[in-house]
Amino acid sequence: MTTSLQNGINTLLAQIDAPTASFFSSCVHCGLCADACLFYTETGDPKYTPIHKLEPMRRLWQQEYTFWGKLMKGIGLSKPVTDEELAEWEPLVYDSCTLCGRCSLVCPVGNDIVYMVRKMREGMVASGHAPEGLKGATQRAIELGSPMGVNLNTLKAQIKHAEKETGLTVPLDVEGADYMMVLSSAEVADYPEIIGAVTRIFKQANVSWTLASDGFEGTNSGIQIGSSDLAAELVGRIVRAAKRLKVKYVISPECGHAFTALRWEGPNLIGRPFPFKVIHIIELLDQLRSEGRLKTDSKDDTRMTFHDPCQMVRRGGVIEQPRKLMNMVAPNFVEMPEPGVQNWCCGGGGGVSANHRAEPLRNQVFSRKKAQLDAVNVKTIVTSCSNCRSMLLDGLENHHMDIEVIGLTELMAEHLAEDKKGSAA
Amino acid sequence: MVTQEILLWVRGTGLQIAVAVFVIGMVFRMLHIRMLGRKKSLAQARGSEWSGGLRTIWKRSLVSTRLSARGYFTVIAGFIFHIGFFVTLLFLSQHIDLIRAVLGLHWPAMPRGVIDMAAVLSIAAMVALLVHRFVDPVKRLLSDFQDYLTWLLSFLPLLSGFMLLREIGFEYITLLTLHIASVELLLIVAPFTKLAHMFTTFMARWYNGAVNGFKGINI
Ligand code: SF4
Ligand code: SF4
Repeated sequence: MTTSLQNGINTLLAQIDAPTASFFSSCVHCGLCADACLFYTETGDPKYTPIHKLEPMRRLWQQEYTFWGKLMKGIGLSKPVTDEELAEWEPLVYDSCTLCGRCSLVCPVGNDIVYMVRKMREGMVASGHAPEGLKGATQRAIELGSPMGVNLNTLKAQIKHAEKETGLTVPLDVEGADYMMVLSSAEVADYPEIIGAVTRIFKQANVSWTLASDGFEGTNSGIQIGSSDLAAELVGRIVRAAKRLKVKYVISPECGHAFTALRWEGPNLIGRPFPFKVIHIIELLDQLRSEGRLKTDSKDDTRMTFHDPCQMVRRGGVIEQPRKLMNMVAPNFVEMPEPGVQNWCCGGGGGVSANHRAEPLRNQVFSRKKAQLDAVNVKTIVTSCSNCRSMLLDGLENHHMDIEVIGLTELMAEHLAEDKKGSAA
Repeated sequence: MVTQEILLWVRGTGLQIAVAVFVIGMVFRMLHIRMLGRKKSLAQARGSEWSGGLRTIWKRSLVSTRLSARGYFTVIAGFIFHIGFFVTLLFLSQHIDLIRAVLGLHWPAMPRGVIDMAAVLSIAAMVALLVHRFVDPVKRLLSDFQDYLTWLLSFLPLLSGFMLLREIGFEYITLLTLHIASVELLLIVAPFTKLAHMFTTFMARWYNGAVNGFKGINI
């Protein structure tokens, strides 16, 4: 057995906890989870059945943690996990799983399948079976500070741009601010409008906030690839910056996995509770709305829908807030079929977007989103995750669909009362 | 005479052994799972693990997601099988008499016609599920030896019980012996196979729901 295989197996065994054992013990191989996964529904290929993606881990569990497995092993009837098998499973565990968590909603015995996929990836990384694209993104995040190679200079250029456009100052490294805003790489690189948008909203709502030069990047490739060590390093940077600036809150950007990384996994990754609270930008905007601090004075009559980012909704619990915000400014807001917690993934979460090998499959399964969109016939999709946004744009283009995609924060900023042109309020 | 003696052993010592293995095995299995533990989340809770866990224990008995035709088939056949199984187990007068003799608890029996129907439907659903396991590509891929073994072990008590009620095929004593023996086999194997899901599913649902409850997600 090679050392990397041994590492992988040891890591997988160490990942098996009470929930995992209860899930594997309960699985009756009914196949219902297939119906929940867009990779199965759009391809019809049984190998994309969610629980099947965990087969090597299931066998390890059975062989090492059950009487039956030990008995079978004893009489030579069990099939050991091999390097070849893990290599074969790599595309199943990464390319065909966006960690969307839809499978975990449907399993009749209650299995949280995505919880186990996340664990399975730890073993895949340890055994050297992670996709090149994701490895590259994670390495860039560790070495350069961002999976997309965005650095402080890029951010500063975007800040300058936003300041010119809004006529307001974008606070950077302000000690003692209440909120520290974190961005995602895609926002800094592709959707920098967000900086101007939050600057104007926070100005109007009188929010004391700042960006941090040493903790502005929220994207966490460590979580997506399944390396808790690297994920902890990335979260640690934000925690250090927040401590340095003594903020009370850290705002998670419009990026689903960044939210999961910061809000739910972060303290566990670094092994201690955060000395600040984490709030999603959409949660904060809705809170400002309910306090009467976010005021709009115009509406957009365009027929719009809202795409729920899996990590924000199903895995994050920010469900009603975006709808309340949409209803403020979009009188023709319509829901797609199966909205909210049941929403279908854009196809590019969980590191799939950074994995070039997965591109053809991702494009194929976009047909699920297309069907949802075809049912509502909208001109604009609003979302609140920059990765979803890029994936939607890509999918729409590939499927020749003429629909605009915008971020919810920007939509709100466009309709802010007063200060419309950005002149200081 | 020999059949009499076998029956005596099967309904006496045999049953005691089977019940003991079942109870001790199940308790051990669940404790073993529980003792693997889990990390307590250090994130700030937005809701309660217990309310989420209990909610999921209940809600997973219902279908809340749109399924495909094969999915609905599985759910409906699965419901019929489970309900039929428990109706015959808990409401046949002979079973109630046995429970009363052992535990002192009793409740009204259901009419024989209802029991017959429940048994027939349950058997039919099981056969349909087995056929589906062979023909449906997803289930065929997932299935292993244990799936077929546990199917057989659950099927035999139903079948032998039904034959016993109607005295089909063999003499009453032989059928009774076979029926009890098939139940004992089921009891003995259950803790060591996926039949354990009869209890572990509640743990699985609780753990799944607890994570959502912690995050304040009501699903
Ligand atoms: S739905 Fe649940 S029980 Fe059925 S095959 Fe999938 S994981 Fe197993
Ligand atoms: S998490 Fe989503 S993509 Fe992954 S297996 Fe489950 S349903 Fe499929």
